[in-house]
Amino acid sequence: MEYPAEYRYSREHEWVQVTGSTATVGITHHAQDQLGDVVFVELPSVGARLQAGGPFGAVESVKAVSDIYAPISGDVTEVNESLIDAPEKINEDPHGEGWLVRLTVADSNELPQLLSAEQYAEYVAAEIDG
Amino acid sequence: MGRVRQHQALEERLLFERSSPGKVGYQLPALDVPQVDPEEALGSAHVRDEIPGFPEVSEVEVIRHFTRLSSWNYAIDSGMYPLGSCTMKYNPRLNEAVARIDGIIDAHPYQPECLAQGMLEIQRTLEAYLAEICGMDAVTLQPAAGAHGELTGLLLIRAYLESQGDARRVVLIPDSAHGTNPATASIAGYEVVEIPSNRLGMIDLATLRDAVDDSVAALMVTNPNTVGIFEQDIAEVAAALHERGAQLYMDGANMNALVGIARPGDFGVDVMHLNLHKTFSTPHGGGGPGAGPVAVKRHLEPHLPLPRIRAAESGLGFDWDRPASIGRVRAFYGNFGVLVRALAYILAHGGDGLRNATVDAVLNANYIRKGLEGHYELPYEAASMHECIFSDSRQAKHGVKTGDIAKRLIDYGFHPYTVSFPLIVRGALMIEPTETESKHELDEFIAAMRSIAEEAERDPGLIRSSPVTTRTSRVDETRAARKPILKWQGAGRE
Repeated sequence: MEYPAEYRYSREHEWVQVTGSTATVGITHHAQDQLGDVVFVELPSVGARLQAGGPFGAVESVKAVSDIYAPISGDVTEVNESLIDAPEKINEDPHGEGWLVRLTVADSNELPQLLSAEQYAEYVAAEIDG
Repeated sequence: MGRVRQHQALEERLLFERSSPGKVGYQLPALDVPQVDPEEALGSAHVRDEIPGFPEVSEVEVIRHFTRLSSWNYAIDSGMYPLGSCTMKYNPRLNEAVARIDGIIDAHPYQPECLAQGMLEIQRTLEAYLAEICGMDAVTLQPAAGAHGELTGLLLIRAYLESQGDARRVVLIPDSAHGTNPATASIAGYEVVEIPSNRLGMIDLATLRDAVDDSVAALMVTNPNTVGIFEQDIAEVAAALHERGAQLYMDGANMNALVGIARPGDFGVDVMHLNLHKTFSTPHGGGGPGAGPVAVKRHLEPHLPLPRIRAAESGLGFDWDRPASIGRVRAFYGNFGVLVRALAYILAHGGDGLRNATVDAVLNANYIRKGLEGHYELPYEAASMHECIFSDSRQAKHGVKTGDIAKRLIDYGFHPYTVSFPLIVRGALMIEPTETESKHELDEFIAAMRSIAEEAERDPGLIRSSPVTTRTSRVDETRAARKPILKWQGAGRE
């Protein structure tokens, strides 16, 4: 699986794509692969204030419930409502249709602290071997 | 040819499908009192002529239906149940005989205290024995199960810290914890901070010390932990917490590895719960209910739930005058019938017997570990306690995962082990035989698991499509979770 080069990645397996002052956040292909079939997603409300590194929701699969952590800080402007009826989008298109929330970028200095696509791919490979 | 019954256990229609208009399972005698019009007595809004789709069947059809369904059940009474972390031990029939003694079986929670002295004595004795087994000072029997005990325990910690004028906001939880621990801390209003395990599968002391500050109310730890390993630094862990004014909560889910050998109170635990339906052989699961007594050290005792049992000159009674109590956590006095069974188990074993059960439980788990270690990957080298954990990494190379191996185990006549838990082990197989199983049964289980490991290399497709000998093979778990159908869809339809 290719990790889009224009995204940044967290060590908790979330991705973030920044367009202007808006960021879109989702979980990575590796995360959905480890979770297995996603059956339920719990997302914050529009207006919620996310803190980088803090949990903001949960993804439930047939195997486990996992918290999702905000890769950067910001206020939620939009949530992917379509996941309520079709959580399988997270498995089918984790880097696209399966996005979770959009937020305003509160501090663009947080972005360089995240991993590049290449660094994330190496991080995942090391985790699998470890 | 239509439906043919191949085997009574393999083909069973729903009662709805058996229904035949006008058939009944009862015959009422002729009315010998004046007839009352139900619409007049109850109001027409409360009366209906018929229940749509309600099955009309005879008594023998109902009896046979449910008797046949019951034979599909897999239970500890039909075979080994190696579900890791659940301690599915045999429920001795002696427990049942004791619970059915006249006076116990007819006891009522509204009985006056003077007529319930025996019931109070049973509870007081069990409290004392559990306190002794755990090395703690006081016990409440009220919580209805493990997670309920956890919540009670954290509320006790909150009440204690608040009474010290030092309310705190963080609960630390190792990443190997039971999922109920973070859920409990969150429900109790605490912020959860996860502590990563070290390479040995244990709490890392240095990491813990860094994480404990004045905001930390408690650490919730399971010991032995969910990797089946004893936290060898537990006394230092307790000291590190106490130095900073934090409390140590122990999830007693794995007490079957400690009873009669080590006492949590002696290694620094402040509050813990027990699962009587695990460690103390009371019925588990749907046949429960459970019981999750909470044991505390003296400083938490004033906060225990109401009421407390108290001895006076006039006999035993309930003490309601406890201003520092967190209040009630359960109606009446907990799941009393379960408490009776647990006390029967303790008394039947005695101290030496309980210790022997622990030793056998640990021996059995290590016997399985030794029998399978050449066939399945062991993620942690540290000695196993009452359960052993493997990973599916060798089998995964052939496309066979832990869930597939578990399904295949059903074909060999065993209940599956715990699948994909703990989460810190990728593709975990978690096996807990308990002391119940004989060497013969363990050998058969090991032979089945070895055979499956061999099949994974030779014929992985077979395992991925198993079970093949059961009435239903794989069900679509994903669809069941995403689009659950929770009632019979035929009702009210024509």
